[in-house]
Amino acid sequence: MVPITTFHYLVVAAALFVLGVIGMLTRRNVVIMLMSIELILNAVNLNLVAFSRMWGRLDGQVFAIFIVVDAAAEAAVGLGILIAFFRNKETTNVDEIDLLKW
Amino acid sequence: MPNFIMSYLGSTVTPGEAGNQFWALIYVLIIFAGVSLAVVAMNWFERKALAHFQIRLGPMRVGPHGLLQPIADAIKLMLKEDIIPAEADQFVFWIAPLIGLLAAFTVYIVIPFGPSQAVSDMNIGVLFMLGVSSLGVLGIVVAGWASNSHYPLIGALRSSAQMVSYEVAMGLAVVSAVLMTSMKTGTGTLSMIGIVESQQQQGIWFIFKFFPLGFIAFVCFVIAMIAETNRAPFDMAEAESELTAGYHTEYSGLRWSLFMLAEYAAMIAVSSIAVTLWLGGWLRPFPNLLQAPTWDFIFSLFPGLTFGALTAIAVIGVVRMPVHSYFKVQRIGLAVFAALLGFIALVLLVIAIAGRSSDSTVAARLREGIDYVYWFLLKVAFFMYLFIWLRATWPRYRFDQLMRVGWKVLLPITLVVLILTAIVGVIVS
Amino acid sequence: MSGVLNPASIAAFTTSTDPGMAPVATPFFFYLLSGLAILGGFLVITRRNPVHCALALILTLIAIANLYLMLYAPFVAAVQIIVYAGGIMVLFLFVIMLVSVERASKDRRFNRVWPVGLAAACALMALFVSAFVKGRALFPDRMIAIPEGSNTQQVASMLYGEAGRIGQYTFAFEIASLLLLVAILGAVIMTKKKI
Repeated sequence: MVPITTFHYLVVAAALFVLGVIGMLTRRNVVIMLMSIELILNAVNLNLVAFSRMWGRLDGQVFAIFIVVDAAAEAAVGLGILIAFFRNKETTNVDEIDLLKW
Repeated sequence: MPNFIMSYLGSTVTPGEAGNQFWALIYVLIIFAGVSLAVVAMNWFERKALAHFQIRLGPMRVGPHGLLQPIADAIKLMLKEDIIPAEADQFVFWIAPLIGLLAAFTVYIVIPFGPSQAVSDMNIGVLFMLGVSSLGVLGIVVAGWASNSHYPLIGALRSSAQMVSYEVAMGLAVVSAVLMTSMKTGTGTLSMIGIVESQQQQGIWFIFKFFPLGFIAFVCFVIAMIAETNRAPFDMAEAESELTAGYHTEYSGLRWSLFMLAEYAAMIAVSSIAVTLWLGGWLRPFPNLLQAPTWDFIFSLFPGLTFGALTAIAVIGVVRMPVHSYFKVQRIGLAVFAALLGFIALVLLVIAIAGRSSDSTVAARLREGIDYVYWFLLKVAFFMYLFIWLRATWPRYRFDQLMRVGWKVLLPITLVVLILTAIVGVIVS
Repeated sequence: MSGVLNPASIAAFTTSTDPGMAPVATPFFFYLLSGLAILGGFLVITRRNPVHCALALILTLIAIANLYLMLYAPFVAAVQIIVYAGGIMVLFLFVIMLVSVERASKDRRFNRVWPVGLAAACALMALFVSAFVKGRALFPDRMIAIPEGSNTQQVASMLYGEAGRIGQYTFAFEIASLLLLVAILGAVIMTKKKI
């Protein structure tokens, strides 16, 4: 069998990235859009760690840790915005979140 | 075949490090069987101990002194009707107990019962343990949601909020224990076997190190672990008088028993973590101070003597049972049980006496292995008794008090202990 | 970092000859884990019920954590499980339970302009495919083995510094802690009923 190289990991990461982009662009539910963003961030992380393995340096892994921290902060704030919005309008449909003030 | 077994018993690395999948699988099966047996025994012990705390007798009828009660409970649960609520999400309802069970049992991969008796000694054992035990929260959240009913939902949300809050304090207490591993050598380790070996090298259990810092970290970890496993006094989410059994209200029969299995397995797992990190794991008391071979021999008699004491208690139970035809079967049953315990005690004493030298004969290696496992299990049994004792003695925390303790009391205390441990460590070295 | 990407330096990479670190059945586990990850990703974007999507995302996260283990990054794998699967997904499930109304499950899954989104994603995929096909020669066939035993120590020395010197990423580490503080404050203020 073909030995597994960095390229295989990059293909997997690209596939996850494309799936995340499709989810972002086509779903209506805000929570599922946020989950697609997490998919995108994970694809980027996989890319970084695969490259870190390729070059033999740990910079990629440290950067991946920072991205995980960043994703946590962003998920918390995004879900906070969603809850604040839901309290006013009782919907999770992103098509209906279209007014600046009502 | 004997060569194969001997070559394994003499190895100094865990099966995971040696890359030996067969022995790792054997270990996993032994752990699975052992934990299930321990859960069954724990079920009986809890009912008897709670009853004696409340000045009553507990189950006495099913076997001699209720010894077969857990088996009767298990048969009853297996024969019950499997009720699924009408609007419940079928797949999620089915998978929720499995997530909790998987998380509880996967922790046992890193728990060391001896210097080479673990399934796999990962370099990041402590992190693995923390991560997998935080996956158990997902099972509870999903169980509450899938039941499609109010009480389970509120119970699940409360329970998972509680578990997430106390995970923070647990993690910080663990960090201060890991920090102590680097005190003498300059490099710490995250592997569980490494932590026990550093306790052996430094000649002190971490609970006594930099007294009272290690002790406060240990107490914080114990409080956090009781809250993590949803046991009293933190069992707001599943108490019968509060929320009609919380997140497992709608589960009946075998599914409910999976939840209980997961809870007891998680209790044993976090107790094992506490024993490994603070109480010296498999080390016998005073491993460095009293190091002469006679002390080794005396301490290696303890397993046999413990089972001998249990045999004596069983024999007293046989003698004190009323001489009546109704009690004949129970008397015979208890006598058989006493004979079994006596046989195990005899075997352990023979191994201890035959293997008293420290060269690598079969008996010596067997004795060492039994000693390691025995001291580890004795300390874990102490924690099990502590769980039951606290359940019997203390009233329940209200939910806001619970969250207040988790965030406003435990988190600052563990942070201060961590900083003080670092400062004292730098000053002392 | 100049000169690192020319073919001469790429050809100089070799694999590790350390027998103790030889992985077992690597292609099998790689295909299994990446298949699980992509399956989980596909389920995230196509399931109707948000709780099913969250469970599929947990599957993806754990598969990716195992892929990190195969890439000799145990610390990142542990951080991924503790923070992502054990923290962020619990947060997501909480919010799904607080926010989901009954009609959300009976709503249409995809929004009005989903062909445009799908076309854009296909264009992105075409871009990726062309980049991979053209740039296949850039990636060497062998990988350098990073020692796994001291991974945590090395990551820690990059984050915290060692031997009295500041680490390479210590400043970024402090900024990240500030970011988390701001995120906590923001989330708490936004969900209060009365500020």
